[in-house]
Amino acid sequence: MVISPQRNIVSRTWGTSVGKKSVMAVTGGIFLLYVIAHMIGNLKIFFGIETFDAYSQHLREIGEAIFGYEGVLWLIRLVLVTAVVLHMWAAFSLWARAKKARPIGYQHRQSWQGSYAARTMRWGGVIIALFVIWHILDLTTGTVNPLGGDESAYLKLVASFDRWYVALFYIVAVVALGFHIAHGLWSAIQTFGANSALKQHALKTFSYVVAAAITIGFAIVPLSVMTGLVR
Amino acid sequence: MKLTLRIWRQASPDAKGKMKKYVLDDVEPDMSFLEMLDVLNEKLVLDDEDPVSFDHDCREGICGSCAMVINGTAHGPQKNTTTCQLHMRHFADGDTIDIEPWRAKAFPVIKDLVTDRSAFDEIIKAGGYISVNTGSAPEAHAIPVDKVSADDAFDAATCIGCGACVAACPNGSSMLFTSAKVTHLGLLPQGQPERATRAINMLAKQDELDFGGCTNVGACHEVCPKGIPLASIAQLNHDVLGATLAGARSD
Repeated sequence: MVISPQRNIVSRTWGTSVGKKSVMAVTGGIFLLYVIAHMIGNLKIFFGIETFDAYSQHLREIGEAIFGYEGVLWLIRLVLVTAVVLHMWAAFSLWARAKKARPIGYQHRQSWQGSYAARTMRWGGVIIALFVIWHILDLTTGTVNPLGGDESAYLKLVASFDRWYVALFYIVAVVALGFHIAHGLWSAIQTFGANSALKQHALKTFSYVVAAAITIGFAIVPLSVMTGLVR
Repeated sequence: MKLTLRIWRQASPDAKGKMKKYVLDDVEPDMSFLEMLDVLNEKLVLDDEDPVSFDHDCREGICGSCAMVINGTAHGPQKNTTTCQLHMRHFADGDTIDIEPWRAKAFPVIKDLVTDRSAFDEIIKAGGYISVNTGSAPEAHAIPVDKVSADDAFDAATCIGCGACVAACPNGSSMLFTSAKVTHLGLLPQGQPERATRAINMLAKQDELDFGGCTNVGACHEVCPKGIPLASIAQLNHDVLGATLAGARSD
């Protein structure tokens, strides 16, 4: 019995399919925490322009005494970009492995086995990645925002969602995010080995509830702009 | 019953295969799926045609030989049932039934519906055993096993190694099979000494043999004739990650 000669922990982890999944689970967990914080921030839109813009300004000033202006924000961005790279790297690597594992497919289309969310992880992830690029160009840099970059965060948001197609794209993306979390959260728990036959139903339900709450929490903002609740 | 069958015919491993259509007029609802294929083959022999090759042995649902994908589902429409235990009463008169071999790079087609599943033997050889000195068997009650572990280990041990999990998996992964073995041995006292290296070595072998990676879709559990729980995979993940962090090695 000869074990693979990979002795250091990075190559031992990255070298197996389960190791790659664990990297996806950890990075996915980072995204989930970020997305929840982001959603709570977004909901300040309902407290008016002053609260929302003050929050936006505050994000730039957290820990300024130690990290400088926007220092903490850039640290968070650095962590997120690293996590995105690792998450996508592992995902594409497993995707390629799956393609290789079945070079000849079935003639009779396979019946639907396993959840819809699980089956749409890969293309759902691609949609979310494309959306995030648009989202940063729109509301962070202001490149594709009608008001440009230097305006109030509140006004940029309203101006952006006043374009119905942007609001619609946003809603589609957060629904895709919801499906991604619905499977991803449960899958991460399973990857860490915390699932059991007894707990499985409860864990899946928990993941769907978290996913639904996040989807609603995000989608409610463009819906409020579209219906005129937020001006 | 009158049935139209569309069956994957492939003369040899390297030959190009295709779906071929056959019509059977005299199928009884009480026939098993394999008996229905026997009837077809008798007819083909009488017509001087090459009979359809398919694997079968015990025909009572415990050997794991009867591998075929029926209308896109491994082992056909009835849950927790092997193809040999599937009966024609689950189909309707006039149905068209598509029959294909397992599809995976690690399970190459030998002929028609017969695939080479020795990749599973390779995974077992990588760690699906316990090392003990042979001799007189010890007293069975000498090593206590708690009821829950005994039950869970037995549930995992019911895996017959048929390969349906691989056939159904959108990633072509053998994770349910490997995890059933790891769970079965890893929950029992006799399996403890090799528990960490077993998980790592069996997974490494599975990865090496061109099986895909698990993404927890759950299709494997849906088609598994023995209903191996998806949580077995969590057990494997747990053992692999624990062993990886602990730096387990077996040389």
